[in-house]
Amino acid sequence: MNHHKSIQSLLQERILILDGAMGTMLQQYEFDEAAFRGERFKDWPSPLKGNNDLLSLTQPEAIETIHLKYLAAGADIIETNTFSSTTVAMADYNMQSLAYELNVAGAKLAKSACETYMQAHPGEPKFVAGAIGPTNKTTSMSPDINNPAFRAITFNELKEAYTEQVEGLIDGGADLLLVETVFDTLNAKAALFAIEEVKEKRGIEIPIMVSGTITDASGRTLSGQTPEAFLVSIEHFPLLSIGFNCALGAKQLAPYLEILSNNTDIAISAYPNAGLPNAFGQYDETAELMAAQVKEYLDKGMINIIGGCCGTTPDHISAIAALARQYAPRKIAVGL
Amino acid sequence: MKHLKLSGLEALVITPESNFINIGERTNVAGSKKFLRLIKDGHYNEALEIARDQVEGGAQVLDVNMDDGLLDGKTAMVNFLNLIAAEPDIARIPVMIDSSKWEILEAGLQVLQGKPIVNSISLKEGEATFIRQAKLVKRYGAAVIVMAFDEKGQADNYERRLEIVKRSYDILTQVVKFKETDIIFDLNIFPVATGLEEHRRNAIDFFEATKWVKAHYPSVGVSGGVSNVSFSFRGNDTVREAMHSVFLYHAIQAGMNMGIVNPSLLVVYDKIPKDLLALIEDVMLDRDEDATEKLIEYAEHNKAVKKDKIEDIAWRHLPLQERITHSLVNGIDKFVEEDAEEARLQSARPLEVIEIYLMTGMNVVGDLFGSGKMFLPQVVKSARVMKKAVAYLQPFIEKEKDRSRPSAGKVLMATVKGDVHDIGKNIVSVVLACNNYEIVDLGIMVPAERIIEMAKEVNADIIGLSGLITPSLDEMVHVASELERQGLHFPLMIGGATTSKVHTAVKIDAKYNNIVVHVNDASRAVNVVSSILSESQQDNYFKETKAENERIRHTYLNHNTQKEYLGIEAARANKLQLNFNEETIIKPQFLGIKVIENQPLDALVATIDWSPFFRSWDLYGKFPDILTDEVVGKQATDLFIDAKAMLKDIVDKKLLKAKAVFGIFPANSIVDDIEVLSPEYEPLAKFYTLRQQSKKAAKIPNIALSDFIAPKDAGIQDYVGCFCVTAGFGTEALAESYEKNHDDYNSIMVKALADRLAEAFAEHLHTEVRKKYWAYAANEVLSNEELIKEKYKGVRPAPGYPACPDHLEKETIWALLNVEQNIGVTLTESLAMWPASSVSGYYFAHEDSKYFGLGRIKTDQLKDYAERKNMDYALAEKWLAPNLA
Repeated sequence: MNHHKSIQSLLQERILILDGAMGTMLQQYEFDEAAFRGERFKDWPSPLKGNNDLLSLTQPEAIETIHLKYLAAGADIIETNTFSSTTVAMADYNMQSLAYELNVAGAKLAKSACETYMQAHPGEPKFVAGAIGPTNKTTSMSPDINNPAFRAITFNELKEAYTEQVEGLIDGGADLLLVETVFDTLNAKAALFAIEEVKEKRGIEIPIMVSGTITDASGRTLSGQTPEAFLVSIEHFPLLSIGFNCALGAKQLAPYLEILSNNTDIAISAYPNAGLPNAFGQYDETAELMAAQVKEYLDKGMINIIGGCCGTTPDHISAIAALARQYAPRKIAVGL
Repeated sequence: MKHLKLSGLEALVITPESNFINIGERTNVAGSKKFLRLIKDGHYNEALEIARDQVEGGAQVLDVNMDDGLLDGKTAMVNFLNLIAAEPDIARIPVMIDSSKWEILEAGLQVLQGKPIVNSISLKEGEATFIRQAKLVKRYGAAVIVMAFDEKGQADNYERRLEIVKRSYDILTQVVKFKETDIIFDLNIFPVATGLEEHRRNAIDFFEATKWVKAHYPSVGVSGGVSNVSFSFRGNDTVREAMHSVFLYHAIQAGMNMGIVNPSLLVVYDKIPKDLLALIEDVMLDRDEDATEKLIEYAEHNKAVKKDKIEDIAWRHLPLQERITHSLVNGIDKFVEEDAEEARLQSARPLEVIEIYLMTGMNVVGDLFGSGKMFLPQVVKSARVMKKAVAYLQPFIEKEKDRSRPSAGKVLMATVKGDVHDIGKNIVSVVLACNNYEIVDLGIMVPAERIIEMAKEVNADIIGLSGLITPSLDEMVHVASELERQGLHFPLMIGGATTSKVHTAVKIDAKYNNIVVHVNDASRAVNVVSSILSESQQDNYFKETKAENERIRHTYLNHNTQKEYLGIEAARANKLQLNFNEETIIKPQFLGIKVIENQPLDALVATIDWSPFFRSWDLYGKFPDILTDEVVGKQATDLFIDAKAMLKDIVDKKLLKAKAVFGIFPANSIVDDIEVLSPEYEPLAKFYTLRQQSKKAAKIPNIALSDFIAPKDAGIQDYVGCFCVTAGFGTEALAESYEKNHDDYNSIMVKALADRLAEAFAEHLHTEVRKKYWAYAANEVLSNEELIKEKYKGVRPAPGYPACPDHLEKETIWALLNVEQNIGVTLTESLAMWPASSVSGYYFAHEDSKYFGLGRIKTDQLKDYAERKNMDYALAEKWLAPNLA
């Protein structure tokens, strides 16, 4: 099933749909500490509740079910449950040693869901995007207010962590890699550097998507870059797409997506949150409301890949997919 | 999209319009002793201040170099770059990681989130190392400077530079697959005037190699360390600064687009004393065997005192306006408040200080920048001085405002996203505020969303958008379309240097249903705003503005949409048919060539057309009405008084010399050529003319100048004339004498007056020809005004102008009239006349002859034309490219 060559041609034909939030869906299961631990980690020395990526090992049915729901809702690309599956992020749970395994398992579950779906719906290609999160450390900023030159992690350390994640995702069967929720461009560059090294070592090609995040109305990434500067900083890599996700709702994200769209001819992706969190920290924008805002992107013809981030559900994706079907994709450069 | 793009926290896109990218070089331990000491002593905070100064001083890229034997370069580099990352006002711009050690370069690459430049890698250690390093640079996502250096050493002549550039380029693009736009060559700037024979061509070789690179690899950049060139003159900053400036002037023309330059060691090209400039250019361009000797001698006699120790304050004795201009041009902020105060006391209203004194100075800055004689960092300094003066005046202006009246309206002002220029916007704001409008100034780099959001929030009556750089034009269109999309109705004012009536009408107005009006002149802003807001005028103004925009748009679009063209034969068949007979052809009283050696200037003064004179000073209006104009009247009058005084001086003391040569000859047209005969009817020359080819409406002919002359086969003898006049001899020396005293005002004045005298002379001579020499209109009586309106019979079109755009035809006139020997006016390489204040052209006498524009022509005519003239098609194409459809 080697169909990732065709994602480029699909992008020329129509707007592709990315799935919605994994975390939001998992909340409905209300897993407790014991459920997170499962049999295998029942004696693990540190608390594990909240380590969503671990559920790929301890609650694989739930993960695969959620993938299938998104596929049924119309997603063309589903993201693996591996956002934090690096030695760096897993250090919070003392689970550095599991990083590779989590990535393989996460990719396999998504792959299996795609294959199940495609058997039932021949002729509808589905893709697994290996999710590579930003980690919880930053290479461009100091966590120590008294020592601005200090860095909690170096480029090389982060690159090593990403190398392991990339190896795991590819071994598990990911069709694409998605470096996402980039709040520090240098972190993303470390991930991209790792990917290039793995590609070179293995002699393979694999499409890469990058998605940054704009955290507030300043219109900049957390590390201070404007959308244009973010684009320029990573544009030297052969990317399938670039875009923004998370942090803001569809409406607030629009101007920044437009900047990207005006400054590059590679594909543009967007997967905003279901609005801004309410006073309780929950996302409560309905599918209809979100779709109405996404319509603005589509009217402006500035999108190639669209999906949802925090707070979105298969309902949101289904509403967005129905809308996107009525629009032609933004024109992109051929031969990526 | 083929531009070098870099980033810090913000993006820097380097386009051909970027002129020259200035790289801050004070954060370099090899170049700054102070910086080295601070880093060595671990005073990083002070070292950061140096970086900040560079950014504020206009550096667009920050060079960081920690190569020093006593320093742990890698640690210092990482530490300093990490600290910069915590300073958004510094980290805003991209970094150039500068080191001769790969490990330092790589360490730098690992701590920068933006896209930096690596300075540098080369073939010095062979291909394998070069490829490995280039691959890594690419993987880290940086642009790269490649030194012209290989296994054999540094390229020190033209051929070696090319050899290494070609080899490096091929490897980078073919083996490493490096993006072409991300490659920058450092072509090695070496010292000149070293006294060594082999160094004579150091600068020329650099210029020529630069030209070669830009010609063969247009997307690639060229850079270099400029201060090397003046190495022989260490200790003499006057000479060094001048050398840097001269070098840059030529290097930028050759295509160098970035470089490491200390802006404080750079003098304005035009401000270099002419004798020194000549000496330096002789050295740079190797024009004189003894150039080096002479420059050294000059340097000996002009031992420069260390620049910033002793200030030359002689200019403080100049008149007020000139002092203000001097401060602005030279970026000196020390005296500007004191001068602004003096100007304020002399002015009726504080606002006039800005409108007259400061703007006059900024216009000089604009002209110098426009002609490449000032560089961007210097202009930034000028802007800072300007701002300081405006800030000083602000309280006085505020005080003058009539507080008793309620605000006349609310105007939201913003420099659009991506643009940082705000002088124009600030001036308009100040002017409007003085007229009792409330200003909400959003500052610079304001995104469309914020403009709209704020306009709604403050309930603005009008939105004013400003911008200076070209991309701002698109951004303004974007703002207008957003307003339209959201169904909003704020009237829009558009202003700023690159904006125009046409762009506003064609691109912005077309996107927006409410008023869009182009205001490029602060003084007009008040009228515009009051018309928009006046209840009685509003509707009319809306209609008029829309109609005007529509008209401009229509004209423009018609002009530029696909025109239909006739083949040259069809165009000839539709030629202008004139009557040629005894009545329309008058045999000239005089045939042959006549030279006027010394035209008395006083006879020309009365014929001067003054309107263009004011235009050359950016004052628009018809003379003499302009003298009493409400807005520019006072300035125009002052200028006119000064001009009259200087003109009197010129006439009385015969400071300029006016000469002319003209000829009248028997002639007939043969198709589109005009055959010129001697008074003895021997063939002398041919004027080749071009014919309009755009398809015309019924009964409108396709004209060529040859149509004004009787065709040979009609059997009637006709005549044609041609001429060259000049009033330019003496201009240059006069202008120079003023420039020496930093008196730009009078230098520009003398040139502008010489131009007027030359035009007046051309008019005067034409009258003489009509009435006396050819005498086809012997009884003509016309006032000067009628002359200006060209009410006379016959025309005098000039090669290079719309009816006959081929400048090369001047050469025919020069040969025919022996212009150079007769009156000394020469043609430059680009066929400009020298001295500049000269006019040449043809005389046609037929009563139905007229001025017309050739418009665009097709290649069939150009081929035919080149064949007729027996010239290379490529050459004809080059000269007539702007006219090709």
